[in-house]
Amino acid sequence: MAFSTTNSYYWKGFRDGAPFVLVAGPFGMLFGVLATEAGLKLTETLVLTATVFAGAAQLTALQLMQENAPTFIVLASALAVNLRMAMYSASLTPFLGQAPLWQRAFAAYLTVDQSYACSIVRFETEPDLTTSQRMQYFMGSVTLVTAAWYTFTLVGALLGARIPESWALDFALPITFLAMVTPMLRTSAHVVAALVSIAVALLAAGLPYNLGLMVAGLAGMIAGARMELILRKKGLWT
Amino acid sequence: MTPEQTGFDPVTLWTVIAGLAAGSFALRFVFIGLVGDRPMPDWLLRHLRYTAVAILPALVTPLVVWPKATGGALDLPRLLAALVTVGVGLVTKNVLAAIFAGAATLYGLLYLL
Repeated sequence: MAFSTTNSYYWKGFRDGAPFVLVAGPFGMLFGVLATEAGLKLTETLVLTATVFAGAAQLTALQLMQENAPTFIVLASALAVNLRMAMYSASLTPFLGQAPLWQRAFAAYLTVDQSYACSIVRFETEPDLTTSQRMQYFMGSVTLVTAAWYTFTLVGALLGARIPESWALDFALPITFLAMVTPMLRTSAHVVAALVSIAVALLAAGLPYNLGLMVAGLAGMIAGARMELILRKKGLWT
Repeated sequence: MTPEQTGFDPVTLWTVIAGLAAGSFALRFVFIGLVGDRPMPDWLLRHLRYTAVAILPALVTPLVVWPKATGGALDLPRLLAALVTVGVGLVTKNVLAAIFAGAATLYGLLYLL
């Protein structure tokens, strides 16, 4: 192909990642609005969003802080939401592991749902790419998402307090998270994990320090892993 | 039930920000940066696979069943909005479609009821 120079892979990634702006933009704005409503100052919101760079974990931390959960629980729960990033990191390692350390450090920071989803599909369908082409593609796929994430968090934070209560933004977080989770329910093991987590969350809601979340999360993970083993034994796991 | 928040204690807030920033980077860097090409134990990957589908529902469920906006009382618009979001998400596998369907249900019912 005439265009398969290294640089063109940046632009391929750029194009493939562009539609995700529709998710990252509103999600960033939601975080900005909710953070401001929770009482965070503009600098606090922006530093949080730029350093953590993971919307679901940020919203989890925000929610638990508003419930006055102890700092340890806030951190443990929000980082648990981010455990999937470790999976992405593990899954990308065979493809990007040869790149220089500084590039891998950047790639680590930019590992989010969108860049992972784009890149892993491309890396698996084009196994002959060089490490450099892969890195270019990865960076391209996350460029617009990153810009949208920063910009719309800022917009949301500035709008923040001006949004009236009748907009029922208290329910934006549950709807967003539910919408994110349901497409992930690909196998019956995932469904079992989610159902066990819901059941335990209801039963354990009375536990102190918001421990119910950790207990329910762990129970769901164990249930999912167990179910996967059962399916594998029966030869039903693909 | 929800007193107006006037911000968090700065020490607590910055502890959370610093811890979350360091922890999030560590989770992303651990394999690509440190582990390299060494394989990981199966049992660990098997559990990590279910973190998102386990933690997020556990976080959302109490907010759906006992919403703060109603002082913790079960609320029909919010409950149905959650169910519609899940239903549309399952059928379409489309995050945006599920969000819009859920939001439309919530606003529609809040307006009607």
